[in-house]
Amino acid sequence: MGNTVAELKKKAVVIRENILETIGVGKKGHVGGSMSSADLVTALYFYKMNHDANNPEDPDRDRFIFSKGHSVLAQYAALAETGYFSKDELKKTKTFGSILQGHPEKDTPGIEANTGSLGQGLSLGLGMALGGKLDKRAYNVYVIVGDGELAEGQIWEAIIAANNFKVDNLVAIVDSNKVQATGPIAERYDLGDIKAKFEASGWETFEIDGHNMEEIVEALDATDNVKGRPSVIIANTVKGKGVSFAENKASYHNAKLTEEQYRQAKEDIANL
Amino acid sequence: MKTASLREAYGKELLNQARKNKNIVALDADLSGSTMSCYLGEEYPDRFFEMGIAEQNMVTTAAGLSLTGKIPFVNSFAVFATGRPYDQIRQGVALPNLNVKIAGSSCGLSDAGDGATHQAIEDMSIMRSIPNMTVISPVDALETRKAVRAMVEYEGPVYLRVSRADLPIITTEEESFEIGKVSKIADGNDITIFANGLMVHKSLQAREELAKIDISVRIINVSTIKPLDVEKIKEYASDVKGIITAEEHSMIGGLGGAIAEALSDELIRIKRVGVQDRFGQSSCDYDKLLEHYGLTTDEIVRKAQELI
Repeated sequence: MGNTVAELKKKAVVIRENILETIGVGKKGHVGGSMSSADLVTALYFYKMNHDANNPEDPDRDRFIFSKGHSVLAQYAALAETGYFSKDELKKTKTFGSILQGHPEKDTPGIEANTGSLGQGLSLGLGMALGGKLDKRAYNVYVIVGDGELAEGQIWEAIIAANNFKVDNLVAIVDSNKVQATGPIAERYDLGDIKAKFEASGWETFEIDGHNMEEIVEALDATDNVKGRPSVIIANTVKGKGVSFAENKASYHNAKLTEEQYRQAKEDIANL
Repeated sequence: MKTASLREAYGKELLNQARKNKNIVALDADLSGSTMSCYLGEEYPDRFFEMGIAEQNMVTTAAGLSLTGKIPFVNSFAVFATGRPYDQIRQGVALPNLNVKIAGSSCGLSDAGDGATHQAIEDMSIMRSIPNMTVISPVDALETRKAVRAMVEYEGPVYLRVSRADLPIITTEEESFEIGKVSKIADGNDITIFANGLMVHKSLQAREELAKIDISVRIINVSTIKPLDVEKIKEYASDVKGIITAEEHSMIGGLGGAIAEALSDELIRIKRVGVQDRFGQSSCDYDKLLEHYGLTTDEIVRKAQELI
């Protein structure tokens, strides 16, 4: 919390380096979506959220749900950086017996809920937001959903329910990188005007450049002033952001890096 | 035999428990007037969530509520409570072992008139196959109340199947109920019948018929089909000529399947009474449906005679 935008930009570089660590060379991992979420995750963990690795069960902590669970590498990167577990764990991600599974699991320190089957995170967030209201706690629940994930019907059930329950402690962030596993979303399964759909469902909407730290921070702060309804930030992002050869490429949705690509990615990130 | 409504018992006990424990909340998908979660809703509107006709969101929202320390009871018809949100139950509730209770109302063929779409004859099978899930099918209104109490005390996901029909009172107030334990309803030494729900009553009637032809029948109520009381089931199956399982459910994967699995390394003759591999259908007359699908006293008597 409390970092300046300049510090957050530096942190985002570290988070991207950590994401690379989780898959290293020759291990398949969801690089594309993790990199597109990296700036959003950085702003949540290092600026916006009230959380403490030394007091992870604090009932007043803000909650974060990564609904597009395959991008959990970005969350592992942030959790290691904020002290929920050692950075040594990162390279063990997805290996047998690791505390860092291929998709988020509640048993991992700092992870609030299981996700991975797409379309469920917003409902989890809604339940947590309702629980917070019942207990008169002041925490917020932040949920990152993918734009491809918006095809899941359950998301729209949750969008309508959140409006019905007027949960102004719930903030959805759409990581809109416009590419799903098999290609550009618009060419495969057109989602239409996402912002208009949220608006029509009673949500307060914000649209930003999801890699512009000033805009991210500003939008997150603006959601605090929304009363009586949930907020959504449509964050326009680039799949694979920061890794030159992977940007906007569906083939890096879930990919292995060669030794040479790994070196290139490190160099690209260092120069961000 | 006196009968009573299981869903009335469920709704009243849920309210009763909610009065004692402020963490209990209920969610319903526009069926609260049938599931009887409406009782909780009327007294505690803040702790009742009308989730609209959207079962997937309902289950996962309940998972979120449980992560804040609430004890959510999710309510719908058994067929919708287990079938529509299967993935949400598997991934969001059972995998993280959350304290979410799912109450499936109008189970079996008990929503007779509404037909196949509203009848749940696969629910035990679906829920039983999910790790961490506990599955309870109470025999009467009294056991339903005790099951609700036990569900509140138990930490973890539970599925409770509740009949729409008024069923005979078979147990007594004094009898204890424990998740994972079978109870002996009647003793005998030729055949053991393992049954749950409505079929315990049918088994009792069959026992009377069989007594007339000198076949002595023991009846065991297996209201928890998971975790199964394997030790007791083996004991009650070992000293008879054969066993019968009886359930208002598909013969695939339900009580009969569970017991056959548990006894698969024993040489025991098993006959099963349940719905064959087919769907239900509409009938304003529930008994006619039960007869058509072979869920009858006569069918149990026939199976018993085959074993002797």
